[in-house]
Amino acid sequence: MATLSLRGVRKSYLAGTETIKGIDLDVADREFVVFVGPSGCGKSTLLRMIAGLEDITAGDLLIDGTRVNDVDPASRGLAMVFQSYALYPHMTVADNMGFALKLAGRPKAERDAKVAEAARILQLEPVLTQRPRSLSGGQRQRVAIGRAIVRQPRVFLFDEPLSNLDAALRGQMRVELLRLHEELAATMIYVTHDQVEAMTMADKIVVLHAGRVEQVGSPMELYNHPANLFVAGFIGSPRMNLLPGTVGAAAPGGTVPVTLAGGVTVSVRPAQVLAPGSSVTLGIRPEALRQAADGPFSGAALLVERLGGMTLVHVTLESGETLVAQADGNDPIRAHDVIRLAVDPSVCHLFAANGLVLSQAEPPQAKPGDLHDLDAMPSLARA
Amino acid sequence: MSTVGATVPMADMTASQPAAERRARRRMLPLVAPAVGVLLVWMIVPLVLTLWFSVQRYNLLNPALHGFAGIENYQYLVTDPDFWASLVNTLVLVGAVLVVTVGGGTLLAVLFDQPFAGKGIARVLAISPFFVMPTVSALVWKNLMLHPIYGIAGFLWRLVGLSPVDWFATFPLASVIAIVSWEWLPFALLILLTAVQSLDHSQIEAARLDGASFVQQFRYIMLPHLSRAISVVIMIETIFLLTVFAEIFVTTSGGPGNATTNLAFLIYARALLQFDVGGASAGGMVAIVLANIVAFFLVRSIGRRMDI
Amino acid sequence: MQQSRLKRVLILLAGWCVALLLFFPILWMVLTSFKTEIAAISTPPLLFFRPTLSAYAAVQAQSNYLHFALNSIVISVGGTVVALLLSIPAAYAMAFHPTRRTRGTLLWMLSTKMLPPVGVLVPIYLLFKTSGLLDTRIGLLGIYALMNLPITVWMLFTFFREMPHDILEAGRMDGAGTWGEVWHLLLPLTMPGVASTGLLSLILCWNEAFWSLNVTSVNAAPLTAFIASFSSPEGLFFAKLSAASTMAVAPILVFGWFSQRQLVRGLTFGAVK
Repeated sequence: MATLSLRGVRKSYLAGTETIKGIDLDVADREFVVFVGPSGCGKSTLLRMIAGLEDITAGDLLIDGTRVNDVDPASRGLAMVFQSYALYPHMTVADNMGFALKLAGRPKAERDAKVAEAARILQLEPVLTQRPRSLSGGQRQRVAIGRAIVRQPRVFLFDEPLSNLDAALRGQMRVELLRLHEELAATMIYVTHDQVEAMTMADKIVVLHAGRVEQVGSPMELYNHPANLFVAGFIGSPRMNLLPGTVGAAAPGGTVPVTLAGGVTVSVRPAQVLAPGSSVTLGIRPEALRQAADGPFSGAALLVERLGGMTLVHVTLESGETLVAQADGNDPIRAHDVIRLAVDPSVCHLFAANGLVLSQAEPPQAKPGDLHDLDAMPSLARA
Repeated sequence: MSTVGATVPMADMTASQPAAERRARRRMLPLVAPAVGVLLVWMIVPLVLTLWFSVQRYNLLNPALHGFAGIENYQYLVTDPDFWASLVNTLVLVGAVLVVTVGGGTLLAVLFDQPFAGKGIARVLAISPFFVMPTVSALVWKNLMLHPIYGIAGFLWRLVGLSPVDWFATFPLASVIAIVSWEWLPFALLILLTAVQSLDHSQIEAARLDGASFVQQFRYIMLPHLSRAISVVIMIETIFLLTVFAEIFVTTSGGPGNATTNLAFLIYARALLQFDVGGASAGGMVAIVLANIVAFFLVRSIGRRMDI
Repeated sequence: MQQSRLKRVLILLAGWCVALLLFFPILWMVLTSFKTEIAAISTPPLLFFRPTLSAYAAVQAQSNYLHFALNSIVISVGGTVVALLLSIPAAYAMAFHPTRRTRGTLLWMLSTKMLPPVGVLVPIYLLFKTSGLLDTRIGLLGIYALMNLPITVWMLFTFFREMPHDILEAGRMDGAGTWGEVWHLLLPLTMPGVASTGLLSLILCWNEAFWSLNVTSVNAAPLTAFIASFSSPEGLFFAKLSAASTMAVAPILVFGWFSQRQLVRGLTFGAVK
């Protein structure tokens, strides 16, 4: 059992800058939690505060219900995998992995057994006597993970561990980490700036921005129900199209017309009453746009990106804005073709001027289980 | 020994919040304290004693003469032409040696960066003077090199038909400068050579593609690259050059007259040759002030460049 | 091709000329030490001669070289060890846990080196006299340690700062305390830097002439004092002077030659990035 809780955690510096501005979060046992956000959002600082490498200015950090703010990093029962791996260059792979146990004064037999076990899990047996210098990037990465495994920590911390690997290896390591998570049945906290990693690996994603939590939820919750503009723009690749607009007078039947630049009007069904004339932002996922002869958006294809399974079409609207639409992989469209695009209003997102969500899109083809969950938690934003 | 450090503008270090900073400082204090402590004692105790002696009548030759002197020793000092001469000599010595070693060191560094046969051995020979103790180099130069009759220089002079020169009598300060430069040129060469070798050669190649001549490459690529190393050379050398003593003691004893008396030697002469502890201490105080002035400007500019 | 070959020859000539010119005084000193006193002052100077050890014998007869050499070794090594022991923890703290005062402290330390030792000679001399440290190895050793402390702290600081922080942080996560970090990680990984710091300190101690001449006389006198006794003319003395100088310089010179690669890395004071 290992749970971890943050209560009003803050980090500020003497100069007065505050980098972590009050974070509340619960990490359940055996959960794989990913902190994601743009660089400088404080995600690494937050992880280092959990690890004990940075002091916590205010608030409480609880591990298994015990406050550990003032506990030594080594005594918190955590292990961390650094972005640079931070392997000890003068020690062999085996010594790297056994260093913590050696410092703890464990007998050699126990050390060797644990190192051998970790080496087996990570397929590092052939390189145990080598030094880090002679290893490949992927092997170094595994040694860093092995060093963490050997300590049998309550919580694993990962600080952008895959960012130094090439794309192919990164995909492979993602799978391996998930396998490891299953095999070790451990609680893991993982920091990344790459929303693809967050989407593919997390049980729970924590989106951080400028020292605050923007939203917490499962990958599909965040994708389908972004709580605000930031999350809407950050999660999902290609990015959600965000178009500024103005609210018109409510029509009978509960729909409200939103007039976009260029005069295009989209009718949405907001969850709350909107004052006519207020500015909003309409969010449309690229896959919600489809080509249709009667579609309201019209423009020339600026760029056609063929990804094989799908095609991304960048369309310059008559109003000058650019939309990205997702088309079929074999769609015959070519650059400079003029096309019309239609959108299903029910899958549009509407955000108020302050960035908060006004109406939630319905998941395109909601599976029964999902839908139930989502209805229960319409918005997961925390202040 | 001084307040120099305190007056240097503080860099905004990784200043954490007060509580954590206090905690960090408490943790680190036992590590820093011994070094700072002994240095502080090493600095403060003599400083206080020197200050005390400098306002006393205190001559070891004349024990009857004692008591509070006030600023008498200082008055005596500033009205002493030797004192002003020693100040000038100190600055000329430091400045001249810096010019010779930094200028020469830069050129030699570029030379020794080029490949040539036996470079490794040549480099070892060139840096050897750095390992020779100042007393020995002064003695060797005084006797074997610059002796008016038996020295190599005299021999060379006669060889081309000139009459031998008594170097230390005719060009006393220049001779001392030559010796000290010989000692420190290898040091400058070592540091600057390492810096030259660390230059990314694609920069030179890019400059060459842009049509830069060799001189322009040196001026616009090499010199800016070396600026950091040059400031380190200047700083370290100044530290040692301000306190040059053995070379003067061995070769000229400050003479002829006061031609080669620098501040360090003046204080030595007052204290240990004339046994005037009060006067020597006043000189010591002046040296301390001078060191602080130099340190203030030097350390501040270097500290900025070294981004500590 | 012609021009570049000419250039290469010029560089070769220039390089060797400079090297030999700089080395010549040392070479001449060594040559003279193997001459008789008469040969040493012959004009024109003799480049070829029948070498003799008579000057060395004369020097050894006059004063016991080994006594001075032993003092030099003990005091230089001791002073260096003490300086390193004091400066390693300080440099570690400054490099990895800087506070707002770190920069000031470091610059202050350096500024203490700018004070001429003569400025504090009188009080130190009197303190040594009253505390019985005059002419003791331990007294001079202490002075040397303090004298080099600012330089060693500075050098170690620049080395330590280049070490990646996260390796030490990984160590802290693994349960290494401050001491464990320094002993198991920092020192093994910065050994070249620590070694060159020690080397420089050793050289500075060995060559120091001011304090050794003023606070030692017989018992603790190192090689600088040994040299001083051959510095004043007593009849013909060039050969004896050269022999004594060679004996005083040879150990550190040879040591310097062998360790120069190591030393060069350390001498940069962080100037070379």
